[in-house]
Amino acid sequence: MKKEIIVAGFGGQGVLSMGKILAYAGLMDDLEVTWMPSYGPEQRGGTANVTVVLSDSPISSPVLDTYDTAVILNQQSLDKFESKVKPGGVLIYDPYGIHQKPTRADISVVPVEAMEAAIDLRNSKIYNMIVLGALLKVNPIVDIDSVMLGLKKALPERHHHLLPANRDAILKGMSLVADDCQ
Amino acid sequence: MKEEVTLMKGNEAIAHAAVRYGVDGYFGYPITPQSEVLETLESLMPWETTGMVVLQAESEIASINMVYGGAATGKAVMTSSSSPGISLMLEGMSYIAASELPALVVNVMRGGPGLGTIHPSQSDYFQATKGGGHGDYHFIVLAPSTVQEMADFVGLGFDLAFKYRTPALLLADGIVGQMMEKVVLPPQRPRRTAEEIRSLCPWAADGQPEGRRPNVVTSLELDSAVMEKNNERFQQTYRLIEANEVRYDERLTDDCDFLIVAFGSIARICLKAIEDARAEGVKIGLLRPITLWPFPYDRIKELAGKTKGILVVELNAGQMIEDVRLAVEGRIPVCHFGRMGGIVPNPGEILEAFHESFK
Amino acid sequence: MNIEDIKRSENKVYSRPELLNDSPMHYCPGCSHGVVHKLVAEVIKEMDQENNSIGVAPVGCAVFAYKYIDIDWIEAAHGRAPAVATGAKRLNPNRLVFTYQGDGDLAAIGTAETIHAANRGENIAIIFINNAIYGMTGGQMAPTTLEGQKTATTPYGRRIDLNGYPLKISDLLARLEGTCYVTRQTVHNPASVRKAKAAIRKAFENSLNRKGTSVVEVVSTCSSGWKMTPEKANEWMVENMLPFYPLGDLKNTAE
Repeated sequence: MKKEIIVAGFGGQGVLSMGKILAYAGLMDDLEVTWMPSYGPEQRGGTANVTVVLSDSPISSPVLDTYDTAVILNQQSLDKFESKVKPGGVLIYDPYGIHQKPTRADISVVPVEAMEAAIDLRNSKIYNMIVLGALLKVNPIVDIDSVMLGLKKALPERHHHLLPANRDAILKGMSLVADDCQ
Repeated sequence: MKEEVTLMKGNEAIAHAAVRYGVDGYFGYPITPQSEVLETLESLMPWETTGMVVLQAESEIASINMVYGGAATGKAVMTSSSSPGISLMLEGMSYIAASELPALVVNVMRGGPGLGTIHPSQSDYFQATKGGGHGDYHFIVLAPSTVQEMADFVGLGFDLAFKYRTPALLLADGIVGQMMEKVVLPPQRPRRTAEEIRSLCPWAADGQPEGRRPNVVTSLELDSAVMEKNNERFQQTYRLIEANEVRYDERLTDDCDFLIVAFGSIARICLKAIEDARAEGVKIGLLRPITLWPFPYDRIKELAGKTKGILVVELNAGQMIEDVRLAVEGRIPVCHFGRMGGIVPNPGEILEAFHESFK
Repeated sequence: MNIEDIKRSENKVYSRPELLNDSPMHYCPGCSHGVVHKLVAEVIKEMDQENNSIGVAPVGCAVFAYKYIDIDWIEAAHGRAPAVATGAKRLNPNRLVFTYQGDGDLAAIGTAETIHAANRGENIAIIFINNAIYGMTGGQMAPTTLEGQKTATTPYGRRIDLNGYPLKISDLLARLEGTCYVTRQTVHNPASVRKAKAAIRKAFENSLNRKGTSVVEVVSTCSSGWKMTPEKANEWMVENMLPFYPLGDLKNTAE
């Protein structure tokens, strides 16, 4: 098993931390993991992306040409990464702010109205967890218990009271994806 | 006891490994992409546990001279920086080498020259392996390619530095500094006691000359005959290190027709390219020097005898290729593929470059 | 009276300090360094710290200080002595750690290290020889060279419009929270030597007792660099340097 994932969007959308939670969840499942961010000023308002590889065998490169799954949260990232999804792969995107939709027919394209859901919940901070929930519904790489364990490990103790809200957000994200998209 | 597996950045792993090794002191100045080393150490507060000193200096120049002052007393002392900061440290690094002091310097390379970019690069290979500072000297240069090696090479670097009284340089890059992966940290060791330092480092200017002649740590010698002898002694040590401490990692070289030579994190991207090439039926092997000085000339020479060509892949304009060519001595073609300015090639690009080189 | 009758231990009134070895000093006749070296050696011995001291030597005329005083020494790069001493003291907090630096080392190339070590309040003593000239390299302008003073690189005298002002770095250091004791002394006559010795002792005690950074500036002569006889150099110093660099404690909060 090997999953090669890119998460891309604006800095501040929780792109890097979503990748981090995936990586921690992989750790909980005893998988090999790499988490490779684009770093620097890009983190501060520009585009940000992170490549996460989860595998049951040692991982050679943390830098990739193509991905099994792309999670896309803004137009620039869609423009950049749509062509990099492997044929038969998955592209999950939030239509919020997307004016030119993905066009590829050889991959599964899954729109997830995560921003709208976050607005409904009046909580922008759990936006990335909604997206993560959608990803896990489409592609159950790790299970939600591993994610929660990973999250517990990644979050400082003073933030542990936020764990239930995060779990709810993941479930919300899962509910946004139709069952036949799995 | 079950191994404790954690997930962290390469830079964080260096900080944790330093505390676990029982390092006595760290002196550093923030610079991207390695500031997490100092940040992590400050948050770990090792002065409360092992007694390790952690200090943010006013500059890289001060940092390296604090390292010099601490190392001169026989303590295990280190600093870390990134390319422009290392340039500032070179004077002190030359003094440390010339005073035969063990110490560890970490360079998480970024692209240059000048202020350059904060993105990853390997363009300090010449600086690291051919001197950098003034005079005939060497640091033992270790190039980690995984977060695990970032942690392991802290201990290895100090062990070698104390064994040979020759400072070590951990030459990493922004990729392995910033990426996270699984790491098993070494067990916690106590810091060396004053007695252990006295027996391990009889040369140390620890301020307690009772029972011995006072120790002077200096690189100065105006008597040319003596200074030449000093240089000869350094060179003897370097020959010993070259004979005993060459390290490299080899993959898929048993049956390879071609070889890629790459160091650090870029070697991992090359390995992926090699896996993809093998799927196409092209047999490429990988040699990854772990010690950049001493360099694995002999092994590359051997491999050159049974391969048709070598591609050297680096994040620079072509630096390590000069050492590969020295090893190959013109027997087979040696080509270069490099990206600069912080651009990291992906596996497909490397494979394309390979095909272009050996079509 | 026979000379052998006089050479008895009960008649001995003075001898070379025990820690000052018999290596021939390279200093010029009349140079203040020899006197200050002697004081450092005496004070360390009197404080019983010969097995608990680390000296940091500079680049400049005192580069070979480690050859003359029998304690452990570290030779620093030019200007970096306060950083080197920081490393040594932080990792060996019970030691008496001091630097011995000239004006070029401390107040030009090493200004950043000097100010930041003092501002952190490193528990080190800094012996600062200010002779207003670069002695070792052949008498060039120092940061402390006086206005109008002729040197190899100011052959017509230091011009303020060209070279800026002489730097009163001790005044600057006294303003920093990290310093506990900053004083300016000389060693040109027996009374001043006694005062300078007391100041060095105070600074060394502060290092041992971790009171903060101490700075003992010694306004000194450089008869070779100034191209004067030692006697004339002392007169010139009193007439020209002391009005600009007045003697006395600039700060003492360690008591």
